[in-house]
Amino acid sequence: MKKGVLKRAMAVLALLSASALAESNGESMRLNLTKGVTDISQQVYDLHMTIFMICVVIGVVVFGAMFISMYLHRKSRGAKPANFHESTKVEIVWTVIPFLILIGIAIPAAKTLIAMEDPSNPDVTVLVTGSQWKWHYKYMDNDVEYYSVLATQPEQIHNKFEKQQNYLLEVDRPLVIPTGQKVRFLITSDDVIHSWWMPAFAVKKDANPGFINEAWTRVNEPGIYRGQCAELCGKDHGFMPIVVIAKEPADYQNWVDEQAEIQRKAKEEEQKLLAMNMSMEELMENGQKVYQSTCAACHQGNGEGLPGIFPALKNSPVATGDVKHHIDVVVHGVSGTAMQAFGKQLSLKDLASVITYERNAWGNSTGETVQAKDVNAVIKGQ
Amino acid sequence: MSNHTSPQHNKTVFKLLLVVVGMFGFGFLLVPLYDVFCDITGINGKTNDTAAAYQHVEIDTSRLITVEFITRTNTGMPWVFRSETKKIQVHPGELKEVDFYAHNPASYDIVGQAVPSVSPGLASLYLNKTECFCFEQQPLKAGEEARMPMRFYIDPQIPEDINYFTLSYTLYDVTSNKVAMR
Amino acid sequence: MSSAAEQVHHDEHHDHHAPSGIKRWLYTTNHKDIGTLYLWFAFIMFLTGGAMAMVIRAELFEPGLQIVEPNFFNQMTTVHGLIMVFGAVMPAFTGLANWMVPMMIGAPDMALPRMNNWSFWILPFAFLILLSSLFLEGGGPNFGWTFYAPLSTTYSNDSTALFVFSVHIMGASSIMGAINVIVTIFNMRAPGMTFMKMPLFVWTWLITAFLLIAVMPVLAGAVTMVLTDKFFGTSFFNAAGGGDPVMFQHIFWFFGHPEVYIMILPAFGIISQIVPTFARKPLFGYASMVYATASIALLSFIVWAHHMFTTGMPLFAEMFFMIATMLISVPTGVKVFNWVATMWRGSLTFEVPMMFALAFIVLFTIGGFSGLMLAITPVDFQYHDTYFVVAHFHYVLVTGAIFSIMAAAYYWLPKWTGKMYDVTLAKWHFWCSLISVNLLFFPMHFVGLAGMPRRIPDYSLQFADFNKWISIGGFAFGLSQLIFLALLIKACKKQGEPVSARVWEGAEGLEWEVPSPAPYHTFETPPVVK
Repeated sequence: MKKGVLKRAMAVLALLSASALAESNGESMRLNLTKGVTDISQQVYDLHMTIFMICVVIGVVVFGAMFISMYLHRKSRGAKPANFHESTKVEIVWTVIPFLILIGIAIPAAKTLIAMEDPSNPDVTVLVTGSQWKWHYKYMDNDVEYYSVLATQPEQIHNKFEKQQNYLLEVDRPLVIPTGQKVRFLITSDDVIHSWWMPAFAVKKDANPGFINEAWTRVNEPGIYRGQCAELCGKDHGFMPIVVIAKEPADYQNWVDEQAEIQRKAKEEEQKLLAMNMSMEELMENGQKVYQSTCAACHQGNGEGLPGIFPALKNSPVATGDVKHHIDVVVHGVSGTAMQAFGKQLSLKDLASVITYERNAWGNSTGETVQAKDVNAVIKGQ
Repeated sequence: MSNHTSPQHNKTVFKLLLVVVGMFGFGFLLVPLYDVFCDITGINGKTNDTAAAYQHVEIDTSRLITVEFITRTNTGMPWVFRSETKKIQVHPGELKEVDFYAHNPASYDIVGQAVPSVSPGLASLYLNKTECFCFEQQPLKAGEEARMPMRFYIDPQIPEDINYFTLSYTLYDVTSNKVAMR
Repeated sequence: MSSAAEQVHHDEHHDHHAPSGIKRWLYTTNHKDIGTLYLWFAFIMFLTGGAMAMVIRAELFEPGLQIVEPNFFNQMTTVHGLIMVFGAVMPAFTGLANWMVPMMIGAPDMALPRMNNWSFWILPFAFLILLSSLFLEGGGPNFGWTFYAPLSTTYSNDSTALFVFSVHIMGASSIMGAINVIVTIFNMRAPGMTFMKMPLFVWTWLITAFLLIAVMPVLAGAVTMVLTDKFFGTSFFNAAGGGDPVMFQHIFWFFGHPEVYIMILPAFGIISQIVPTFARKPLFGYASMVYATASIALLSFIVWAHHMFTTGMPLFAEMFFMIATMLISVPTGVKVFNWVATMWRGSLTFEVPMMFALAFIVLFTIGGFSGLMLAITPVDFQYHDTYFVVAHFHYVLVTGAIFSIMAAAYYWLPKWTGKMYDVTLAKWHFWCSLISVNLLFFPMHFVGLAGMPRRIPDYSLQFADFNKWISIGGFAFGLSQLIFLALLIKACKKQGEPVSARVWEGAEGLEWEVPSPAPYHTFETPPVVK
């Protein structure tokens, strides 16, 4: 009788695990910590499993004793209470044994920790700067730097479009690093505290404003790896993912050279732009696009801001007052507020159009256009 | 009902209140304590904020330490700010000078304050700056440029395992005491 | 103890003076009345904070933003945390201390009855201020209950001032409550009630009270610094002015870690009262329980930075805080072993308080295991600020602290009302809570290991299935507490079978010597403890 029940239970369990396995072929979630793609992340995974198994064993022993007692020493089974209430011997034993177990865990943990905290002699150094709510990467050995922003469409977030595969884990410009080389991350922040977390590398380091932190990795396999900001950093904390592409060193070198070339050309283009004047329509059209992707998160699409948190631009003294001041605020940001310096993030053309847009949208009818050369004048201090 | 024990209560309450007041004070005492603790252990990577005198120490030519310089301007700071030297190799005990360049492109005067940070933090204990623009605020008039020198040496006591460290300066706009000094 | 009859007489005498209606509760200096007020307040706050958790879980039911905006979501997580910590768990423990400590040590009342009244009545105002800030322009606090600078200083909105003010009041209330407990225990024990004869609930509360007066002032200091940084131009946490944002975390967690033990030590005391009663066997290792509690309290002062491993500490600090944290598991383990040894060869029955106590032992220990895993610095880099941490602290706080409070309520409620509560409802409450709480928090371990950060209003698609189940568990757990509410209302209407003075067959201690319901005034003539 009992055997039959057991068999049936086993069958159910087998079925459940089979369906779980079947699901894991699809889009289902990994249940355990990732092993990652670096030696360190593998060590971390092993540590995690060791300590987990130790906990399971202790749990089985302690809860086992408890459940046996609950079964055997029930009053309803006629158990008579014993009267012992201390035993120095037993108490010493169960103080000493945990101590020994802890020492057993501490030694490998310390070894891994020492290996993690040695960022010396890097092959590549990247300065990672967090700001509300994007990451900025700067390659210290090349003239390459850029912002990396969430690429998921707002329509997906607001359930208007269907959510795509890498929902909330995709960025416009991922960080690219070489495989097999020691990559050092210098991590800091422009505003509040963020935390740069890449599970596959077992790297998580806080970005503290005004201070730099270090971490490093050596990735074994090329691939695309995804992570997220791991420290509450305000409204859009959940919307600043991290994507890293690891490439073979040769591919990486090509990529770096290409980027340096692109960034150089972009600067040249900008110089040419200084001589040109864009029409109001062009500026407004481009400005609206830039505004929606860059400014609307805080100042809102309708320019009304979030009262008490982010100021409105509609009828605001900045957006309807002195042009130069308006450009200054957008280009350099306002210290001590969430208003960032967009001079480093947007091209002259985008800056000019977004400022024009802000001065002429939502009933802000200054009728003024701002051109690339006006913005450049503020940046250069002319 | 418990009147006869009242004086005893008062005594205990008084002692406990002393603890409360003491711990409130201790909360604030943690601020200087933290700084002292950081000075001793280097845990937050802050460097000395007043000039160190250069003591003639033996130059340890057997070691070369790489120092990397990083400059950043914070939000709201329009200055151009860069280090003329990206990396430098020094022997412990050797006095070196590096130049930083600052330019205020804005049409108004700005006072800047550079905040140093060293990583790994431990290295900050052995970095002695005899002269640094970060010791005081730097006022620049509209359009003005400045070369800002920084002179330092590394204490030869620096542990064997530190042979590479990074010194970063973040430049803040502190004009008109927007941010008061502590 | 011979004076039970005398006391009944006294009560009648005293009750003539007691004002009635709302004034009775406003002016009361009676420890039992104040205990009741604390407990009801805590329960109301528990439901309020729970309602916010429901908002959080509803938003997280599926990916995408459906119900609330991210900024409001952050206010919900922040205020949920503040309310549960300072409004539910801590006042509930203070309420239990008010009711039980004088009765357990044979004292007629708390030592400072008027201060007792005050320390309760400032609490509702603190939470009124905090909750009203949610309705201001820009909303209430949205920087997490840990209010890390500079998010809470430079980058917060003006309602931060209200947040600071309300935390100050909560702190003052806790400090006054703690002083009262210490003075009562030090000066008002019945003759013969030596320290090593005190029931463990009294012991753990004594140690908790010392923790409270040691760290609540530090919290007050921290919020004051936040206030001056935000409004008065100081730069404690602002790098530009020579401050350090990481220092905020050091100060906060210097308060915050002992605070964790403030919320669990009284729970240890409660379980140590309940398990012997229903095992009909004295507590195993009384002395080692006391020493273990004291050593946990002392160790709690040197482990704070294990909350901050990712802030970039040097190696030696990471090692130190890792090892100190692991050490805490030794005395905590001793406690669990002692409870199991108390049950061993006892004569067990499983009344509702015992059911909650047993659930506590198992589920709190699971929370302890994940705590041990979190202590290992290199692995903590992976766990930190993920749902693994959320699972961990909800296991120790919900199935730990809150289950112990429910166990205590079911254990002492008949003593308070004189009637047995509705046991069927109580069992429904237990089983519904037990199943739903595990459905709610257990999958969070997996979600966290798979890489879901905490405090996010939206998540990637891989986490969708689990979050749905977690939300369902959350709603079920929330609804289960309404059973408790129904039971409490019935109990307050004094429905049910009358109970004896001892209530439970195996109950030992002074509180069981007085009649049920406990008279308004007890032990006016101190009992003699042999």
